[in-house]
Amino acid sequence: MQHHILTECLIVVFSPLLAAIIAGLGKKIVGRTGAHTITIMAVGISFFTSLLIAKQMLLDKSIPMQLDMTLYTWAVIEPVRFQVGFLLDPLTILMMCVVTFVSWMVHIYTIGYMHEDPGYQRFFSYISLFTFAMLMLVMSNNFLQLFFGWEAVGVVSYLLIGFWFKRESAIFANLKAFLVNRVGDFGFLLGIAAVLMTFGSLDYLPVFNHAPAIASTNPMIEIFAGYEWSVFTVIGILLFIGAMGKSAQVPLHVWLPDSMEGPTPISALIHAATMVTAGVFMVARMSPLFEFSDTALAFIMIIGATTCFLMGLVGIVQNDIKRVVAYSTLSQLGYMVTALGVSAYAAGIFHLMTHAFFKALLFLGAGSVIIAMHHEQDIRQMGGLRKYMPITYITMLLGSLALVGFPFFSGFYSKDTIIEAVHLSTLPGAQVVYWLVLGSVFVTALYSFRMFFLVFHTKERMDEHTRSHLHESPMVVWLPLVLLAIPSVVIGAAFASSVFGDFFSNSIFVLPEHNVMKTLSEEYHGAVAMAVHGFSTMPFFLAMAGIVVAYVFYVLKPGLAETTRKLFLPLYTLLINKYGFDAFNQTVLAGGTRGIGKFFWHVGDEKLIDGLLVNGSAKAVGMTAKVLRHLQSGYVYHYAFAMITGLIALSLWFMVRV
Amino acid sequence: MIGLNEYLTVAAILFSIGVAGIYINRKNVILLLMCVELILLAVNTNFVAFSSFLRNQVGEVFVFFILTVAAAEAAIGLAILVVLFRSRRTINVEELDLLKG
Amino acid sequence: MTITFQQLVFYTFSALAILSAIMVIASQNPVKAVLFLVFSFFCTAGLWMLLESEFLSIVLVLVYVGAVMVLFLFVVMMLDIEVDDLKTPFVKHWPIGLVIAAIMVGLMLIIVGKQHFGIDQVPIPEALPKDYSHVKALAMVLYSDYLLPFEIAGVILLVAMIAAIGLTFRGPRDSKTQNVSLQTQVTKQQRLTIVKMASEGAPK
Repeated sequence: MQHHILTECLIVVFSPLLAAIIAGLGKKIVGRTGAHTITIMAVGISFFTSLLIAKQMLLDKSIPMQLDMTLYTWAVIEPVRFQVGFLLDPLTILMMCVVTFVSWMVHIYTIGYMHEDPGYQRFFSYISLFTFAMLMLVMSNNFLQLFFGWEAVGVVSYLLIGFWFKRESAIFANLKAFLVNRVGDFGFLLGIAAVLMTFGSLDYLPVFNHAPAIASTNPMIEIFAGYEWSVFTVIGILLFIGAMGKSAQVPLHVWLPDSMEGPTPISALIHAATMVTAGVFMVARMSPLFEFSDTALAFIMIIGATTCFLMGLVGIVQNDIKRVVAYSTLSQLGYMVTALGVSAYAAGIFHLMTHAFFKALLFLGAGSVIIAMHHEQDIRQMGGLRKYMPITYITMLLGSLALVGFPFFSGFYSKDTIIEAVHLSTLPGAQVVYWLVLGSVFVTALYSFRMFFLVFHTKERMDEHTRSHLHESPMVVWLPLVLLAIPSVVIGAAFASSVFGDFFSNSIFVLPEHNVMKTLSEEYHGAVAMAVHGFSTMPFFLAMAGIVVAYVFYVLKPGLAETTRKLFLPLYTLLINKYGFDAFNQTVLAGGTRGIGKFFWHVGDEKLIDGLLVNGSAKAVGMTAKVLRHLQSGYVYHYAFAMITGLIALSLWFMVRV
Repeated sequence: MIGLNEYLTVAAILFSIGVAGIYINRKNVILLLMCVELILLAVNTNFVAFSSFLRNQVGEVFVFFILTVAAAEAAIGLAILVVLFRSRRTINVEELDLLKG
Repeated sequence: MTITFQQLVFYTFSALAILSAIMVIASQNPVKAVLFLVFSFFCTAGLWMLLESEFLSIVLVLVYVGAVMVLFLFVVMMLDIEVDDLKTPFVKHWPIGLVIAAIMVGLMLIIVGKQHFGIDQVPIPEALPKDYSHVKALAMVLYSDYLLPFEIAGVILLVAMIAAIGLTFRGPRDSKTQNVSLQTQVTKQQRLTIVKMASEGAPK
């Protein structure tokens, strides 16, 4: 039985890898068509096999809810064993299905989007490689394999952001992404080390099973002299720093907007649906560890809420269609992380899933608009596109409604759950966080419908040449949009019961005093009831207010936006400069590092080592020789004098001694 | 009465004058050799004084040999000087610096 | 304070010896320097006489002054020295030399001063018997215990003589002699050179 599941897991993980290798290395052999056919087939196989495993676990119940399989022992350093293995449980299955489905959609979409690009095969190879790395990450059963997947998705993200490597801005962006991720990874690695130190093992199940026992002894660790921290707080915060890097939380969020330099399909795949959610997934997976530290949870919650609100505000002033969606992603990631902080892990993962669908939809839709507008991305140059691109229009509308949390759409179920969970939380600062997430609802509605109205409604601002070429995108482009719109609408209602039920009970561990989900599930009376009730809640009113304001400012009275901007110029400047994070990083951190490097180069290397030690020692020898040369004057009387002087010195010394 | 120390003092002074002469003189190589003779003279005086006061003949025997060797050395030194003068045409000590390193 | 005759002689001779030694190094003319050295030797010979070693003092005068100093004088006269060159015998560094010499004298005086070698430490020995002959006493020791060194001293003198001749002798300069072996080894090329010349013109 186990053997059978293991094979299925291997198929899921390794078919994208194989396809990536063939498409990447055998460019001439397979050609363009071959490259896309092989990778799409492989990812499709991955997706259907994931569905098969899901069916076996959830419907047939032919495999246990938690299955830990070790494939291969890589290294043994007593008593730690480094192994490669898979852990299957509902959380993993969910992630696997989401990842493979979105990846499959993106693969199909890319046939149309990257049609004229010379790096066609390379792109398919990279996105299949990414799928492999992400699957390794979510299916791993130990911290080391998780870290491998973590780093691998970072590398592929670097390769893909800088896909058009001849562009200066793309190279800047991919290096920025990698370096900021590295900062997060540093904390992550320290966290893994702390886990190894505390538990003596890197495998999930032994660690999770021992956690309550060890937590009850309340272990402390002294990091800086004199300050004692709880071990679980340290582990929690360090692991979360890794999540901050990967899931772009403040202040390690700066790489995500810049990552829009990459082609739109990867913005959809990596920076909306999958890679950035790795951090959220990781925290949910490690819930048995995080639960034991209120400090770490409060930290997570506050960072999440801050990101959510602040990034939403920046989204309002963006003019590049992809940037709006990018800041929207940042804001929604903030929601997910806030949910994790209040111990509503299930809600966070639920929002992760719904967000994957509607955000990928929004990105791919934006890509469709960009193709139609001949790669013009400024929304101020668009307008009235609904006449020309009906399918894109309808799917984007559905996606936007899901994003703002309109009742019955998927986003509503996950978002409202999070807001309610925050309301019920007892962590310090939860009240402020509640106001922040509520405010974000308004802001979300405002920026998403601002973009929607400016692109699809209002008067046409593009030039005549572009307008004459406007038409709906080809089927390879709109089919994924439709296929993604379906879950964006229905999956919320379909899944809500499971989330409130015991879907995650084996994978997520929550302490009784934190268990807000349990309280919420007691109030849950079914998806329809929740949606109907939703029409009378605060978030709904705020979302409607946002939509109305956007309508007024951009459709009814277009000049109003400009007037407001002039009125609130300092606030506008603050937002357009992204709160100065980028400026700070550029001047202080990057500039400082370069300054230190320059200092070490000029002073340390040139002056000290070259000048003082190398040249200096040579010069010292030269100077000594110049002086000593005078001893060899060639004059006999000098030598005689030296002899006499030496003699006198010796005799003086003897006399003084004696 | 004249004690031993007075003779030794005289010898010491003569010795120092010879040494000073070697260093001070820069013009004449012959002067150099003459200062060497002064030094030897002082040493001889020392020997004779000791021999006399300690009633030991060995000191005087030694003086004998020193005189011999001094004579031989003066002869050879002067011969070298002559040859030097033939080739260099100068006996100015300051110009004899071929050993300069 | 009465000065004994011995003291008078001693102080006179030693003062003169020292003064003339100073003049040796201070005089401008090398000939004068040599003569001053001769005078210094004479005074020292007198000192030695006071020390009851008559033979050695006479030997000093006869051999040392008579032969070695005369040799010096010979060389000084023979070398064609520019006298103007020697007008300024002292160099700029003469204070240093003086200081060194002074230090040396000071050191030596500390050692050979009154406290170590004065009358009390080394008493004046009793007078010699009337028939004491210094030469005989010296000879008794020289030809019995120190015979080998005596012979070696002779060899040294011989070697010095050979060395001096070997260094300076350049062969008879002005005499014309024949070197027969060279004459028989002569080749045609050394004696005959054929030169091509253009003719001076047709004979008239």
